[in-house]
Order: sequence, then structure tokens, then C-alpha cells
Amino acid sequence: MSLTLSSPSSLVDLSFQVPTISAIFSVLTLHAGYNAAIVVVGTTLLGVAAGIIGVFALLRERALMADALAHSALPGLGIAFLVGTALGIDGKSLPLLLCGATLFGVLGTVVVQLLSRLRRLHEDAAIGVVLSSFFGLGIVVMSIIQNSGSGEEGGLSHFIYGQTAALQARDAFLTLGAAALTVIASTLLLKEFRLVCFDEEFARSDGWRVSRIDLMMMTLVVIVTVIGLQSVGILLIIALLVVPPAAARFWTERLPVMIGVSAAIGGVSGYVGASLSALFPRFPAGAVIVVVAGVFFFLSFAFAPARGVVALFVRRFLLRTRVTEDHLLRELYERLEQSNGDGDSLLRIGEGSRVVSLPELSTYRGSTPFARWLHRMLLQQKGYLTLTDRSTLLTERGYLAAARKVQNHRLWEEYLLTHADIPASHVDSSADLVEHTLSPEVVEKLKRKLRQRGTAVPESLHPLGSAFEREVP
Amino acid sequence: MKLFQHQPELTSLSDRPEHSPESPLSVHSVTVAYHEKPVLWDIEYEAPRHSLIAIVGPNGAGKSTFIKACLDLIPRATGLVEFWGKSYRDQRTRIGYVPQRESVDWDFPISAEEVVCMGRYRKIGWFRPITRSHREKALECLEQVGMESFAKRQINQLSGGQQQRVFLARALAQEAELYFMDEPFAGVDAATERSIVGVLEQLKGEGKTVVVVHHDLSTVPEYFDHVLMLNARVIASGPVREVFTDENLKKTYGGRLSLLEEVGEAIARAGRGVR
Repeated sequence: MSLTLSSPSSLVDLSFQVPTISAIFSVLTLHAGYNAAIVVVGTTLLGVAAGIIGVFALLRERALMADALAHSALPGLGIAFLVGTALGIDGKSLPLLLCGATLFGVLGTVVVQLLSRLRRLHEDAAIGVVLSSFFGLGIVVMSIIQNSGSGEEGGLSHFIYGQTAALQARDAFLTLGAAALTVIASTLLLKEFRLVCFDEEFARSDGWRVSRIDLMMMTLVVIVTVIGLQSVGILLIIALLVVPPAAARFWTERLPVMIGVSAAIGGVSGYVGASLSALFPRFPAGAVIVVVAGVFFFLSFAFAPARGVVALFVRRFLLRTRVTEDHLLRELYERLEQSNGDGDSLLRIGEGSRVVSLPELSTYRGSTPFARWLHRMLLQQKGYLTLTDRSTLLTERGYLAAARKVQNHRLWEEYLLTHADIPASHVDSSADLVEHTLSPEVVEKLKRKLRQRGTAVPESLHPLGSAFEREVP
Repeated sequence: MKLFQHQPELTSLSDRPEHSPESPLSVHSVTVAYHEKPVLWDIEYEAPRHSLIAIVGPNGAGKSTFIKACLDLIPRATGLVEFWGKSYRDQRTRIGYVPQRESVDWDFPISAEEVVCMGRYRKIGWFRPITRSHREKALECLEQVGMESFAKRQINQLSGGQQQRVFLARALAQEAELYFMDEPFAGVDAATERSIVGVLEQLKGEGKTVVVVHHDLSTVPEYFDHVLMLNARVIASGPVREVFTDENLKKTYGGRLSLLEEVGEAIARAGRGVR
């Protein structure tokens, strides 16, 4: 318990002592004494192990089962203590306590299984029943121990919230063993775990003993949970199993990568959490670890490039902007085409006839003021439009860009009509969906396929204007 | 469980018809119950070799249950299922399965290729990693269903039809001789339907047997040689030409005459005679 770097503050003193830079540095580099190093290493390893096996528990939809397991362990701890004391062994010996915890934890999950299988109780309800009644039983047993006044029970209630500082070298080695086992088993069984997590029915039809694979997976979950009880505690160990994998899912679509990211998030959470609680002895380490993991989760949720919400909104916004821009240019072109005759003659007309009035365009009218401003700015930025004091001009460049868009649109329409048997009345909206993503290679292919008829842009296949009127709400 | 007490013949081995070891699938006196309510009654069926077999019947007729009971995925109350005269356990390396598409979470972090690789797992065996040759085989199977360019795609980014083709490719990777497919045609696009039909033809050409739960009655005569008409009991089974009749359809689909008329018309339109 010599972990504390600053002197322990009294209960009424609510101020924090800010640790010095050198204290922070020595904790983070494991130089703050043997015990502090043991704690940091132990919780980091726990985070890694929980992060790895948590991925499978999450994908197998067994995450809440792990919570039931942890809560059911409490009466096991108390009863092991009572039995140990009655037999004259040290009631607080860790192997004894962990055996009791494991026994009751497993018993709890077995009861959940039985309840949901035999009496058609939904699994979430069964978990709720078992989790709360076992935990309640545990509290009752704890109070019996406390009232017996042996004075020895002090350490037991630490299991509820966890007490990282109590970790000793042998616990760290135990955690190291569990982490190594998790890594090895998950590597060897990656294929089997993936199979049952993704498609249990197929796995069984394919001849795999699903119950055996599940048993191995749940054994690892039990080991990690029981070892984590001491440092993180019954109430919060579930967080280490669920939060890192859930956060990792935002970063990748690949399982091996997800496992790696989850292990890293779990490990860093354990490392940072244990370090913080070494620097601020007032904070319970388990809670700090979980809060750190929670911060990682929200950062991933928001900013992960693969599935984060910000990335999602940005992608959506960019697509919408591009589509609207295409529509604006196309409508401009088609309006010029209507007032000036066919496309060929347009190429010969001078700047003056390309005066355009954006507010007249139906695409433009349908947008919000901000979007209008944005689109105008974007088109200007690209050099498609220039503003004179009185009017808006479509530049040569803008005109060519618009011509290209219209060409793509009509090529695609024609392709749909001639090769995909789409009725003419539907072809415009179908074309709208695809044309914005046509690559130059595809356009070339389309051109070849349709054998250009000599004009730069095929004629419109539907009455002009109709496409835009439909889009205005 | 009273329901099953007065059927002593079910357990009597002497009454059992001889099952030829030639038949890929023989189902004898199979009854299946969900929560004490029987959904399949005393099913007796022998699948012919080298054929494409459709299982048809109304919703709740026990079509999927039939397949699952054959594959030991759900317990049978009574009865026996044999594959080439032996038990499922002995023969399962010769059997492939395409589950219903809705039975899995398609948001799972896995690519199309990795799903197809699952078809190779039993050949790879416990603890061993997936080798390159198995991966190549998986790609080959994806190619067979026209999905090779989607190999690296996360499965959630595939359309429903493409997902169905991935499942089909996985079954092909199993290199089985008897396939069970649970509604492979449900809700797929035209391209996928053509692809599945192509695969079925190819499997038949290779001398394999395919049992398919099928909803679209109008395509039964076109796609399949044999039909098993099911409505909790076997209503009829045999070659489509002989068995897929108006009368049997009426028996199978019960009182739903309007539907039957519709189907009859559809079949007539398709120009395929129904006796």
C-alpha cells in the first residue's frame, strides 16, 4: 500500500494535491516504486486481456452475461470467506476468495442459461433476475460477516469497487498469465470464434461443436472477469469487457484489426487509469480506468474515420454538395440550351449570352440560404461562375463542366433505356442516382457502347425542366 | 406429449422401408414439435439422386423446420434421417447448407471472402490458420457466383442479393454432394436469381443433389425436377411433372383458393402444363 505518492488527505479535505511533473513522469515510466509499477503493469495487462476476449463476448452477444457473472461472484466471495474462517484457514487468502467467486460466477451464468432455456424467459430478463438476486445475496452475506465483528472482513468490500492499490506482484503475474492465455487462445481459435460469433447455425451444420467453442470462449471471459474483480471491482469489470471492443468497432471493418484496437484501448485505459489513481490516491482506480475507457469510446464514436459520426456526416455532406452542384450546372446548361437552340450552336455564342440568374433555378430555390451561399461560393471557387456588379456569368470553364455533366447524365439515361429496359418515365431519377459517381472510364465505356451520334451531348430524353420541378418540395 | 403415444409403428424398425445407401437423403417417420405443438407430422421422404428438389408449402408449413431437423439443428421428437444410408454425423462432410439470409447479423466485421472461407473451415480443422490454397478456393467460389470483385468488401456494403450469393459461395466452398438451401431466392434481384439458377444447374451437372426451400410457385417447373409439397405433413412428393398439380397445390395450400388461382394462372402463362 506504499503506492501513494502524496500524503493521504483526510476525509474532510476535499482539495486535490496536484502531482509534480516528475511524479507524473516516474509513475508513467514505472519508476514510482515497485508497488506502483506492479499496479500499472497489472491493470494494463488486464485491460489488454479484457479488450481481446471482450471482442468475442460482444460479437457473440454475451457481454451482459459477463455482467451477470461478475455480480454473481459477490456471494461467492463472502461464502468463501466464511467457509475459510470456519475451517481455520485465512479467510482472506486470495486463491480461496477467487475460487468462491469463480464458482458462484459460473453458477450464476448457468442459472441464466437454465432460466432462458427451460421456462422461455427472455435472456435479458433472466440476466436481470440472476444478476440482482445474486448480488443482493452477496450484500446480505457481507453484512453478516461485518456484524460478526471479526474485524477481518475489511478487505472484502473492496471487491465491489475494486482496489487497484492492493495488487501485489503475484496478482500481476496472474494477470500476465491470463493475458498470455487470452492472446494465445484467441490466436489459435480466431477462426472458430469468428465462425460461432457470425453464424452459429452454419457452424453446427458444418459439424463444429458449438458448445465446446462457447465453453472455451466463456472460460476466458470467466478468467479475465475473476482476475479483474480485485482491481476494477464487481460493478465495473463489465466495462473493461464491453467498452474497448465497442469503441474499436468504430475504427475498422476487420475482426483482427478490431481485436488489436480493442486490446490497445483496454491496455491504455488500464495504464492511464492506474497511473492517474496512483497520482490522485483519492480516486478509486477501477472507476478511473473505466472513465478513461469511456473517453476513448466517445472519441471513437465521434471521430473514428471508418464508422464515427463526424466522418459519416462529412461524407454525407460532401455527397449532397456534389450532387447539388451537378444539378445546378446541369440546370444552367439545359436552360441555356432551351433559350439558344441546340448544343452545337451554344459553343459559338459569346460570353454575353451566358448571363445566368441563380435564384431562378429550381435546384437553387429548393436549398436553404446557407446551402445557396455555399454552392455559389464553391462554384465561384472552381472558376465556374464569375460575379460582375450586375449579373452572374457562367465562365468558359463552367460551361464546359456543365456540358460534361449533362453529357454523363444523358449517356447514362440512354444506357438505362437501351440496355437495362428501364421505362422512360423512370429513367431520369435512376440516372440521377448514379451519374454523380460515374468515373471517366465508365463514361468512355458508355460512349463506346452507345456509339456517339456526332453531337457532343445527346439530346435530352425527357421534357426539360420536369426533372427540376419534381425536386422542389 | 400424448400426441405421440399411439404411434407404436414409429419405433418399430421392422416396419421401416429399406433405405438404399444410394439415396442421399431418406427421412423416416420424422415428427418435430416446438413447445409441445407439432409442426412436422410423421414425415416420410426419400430424395432421388442427382436432382434439384423444391420444398414448397404455405408459411408455417414447416419447410425450414424440415431442413433443420435433417441437419440436426433442432431436436426431432421421433424419427430417423439418413444420408446415403448413414447418420448425419457420419456423413456431414458430404453435406452443405445455405441458411436463411436473415439468420445472421450482416453488420459483422467480416469481408465477403472471409465469409466464404468459412466453408473451408472443416477441411482446415481445429486451431489451424486459413492457408492460401483455401483462400484461393474461396475466391474461386466467389467467382462462380459472379462476386469476385466484391471479395474484400465488408458484407454490410453488399445488397441483399449479393449477400445471398456470398452465402451460396460459402456452401460451394464446402464442396459437398448434398446441399440444403433455405429460401435462397427470397427477395433477390434478377441478376442474383440467374446466378443461383446457374449454380443449381451446375451442381446438378456435377451429379449433386440440392434441396431448396422455395416460395415462388411459378418458377418451380422451370428450376426444379422434383418437388416435396409440405404442409405439416407430406402432401405429395415426386417429379414436378407428375406431382405439381392443381389438386396437390390445393391440398397443400388449404383454403387459400384465390392464391391458388393466381398461381395456376401464372403457371399457365408460363406455358408449362399442370395436369
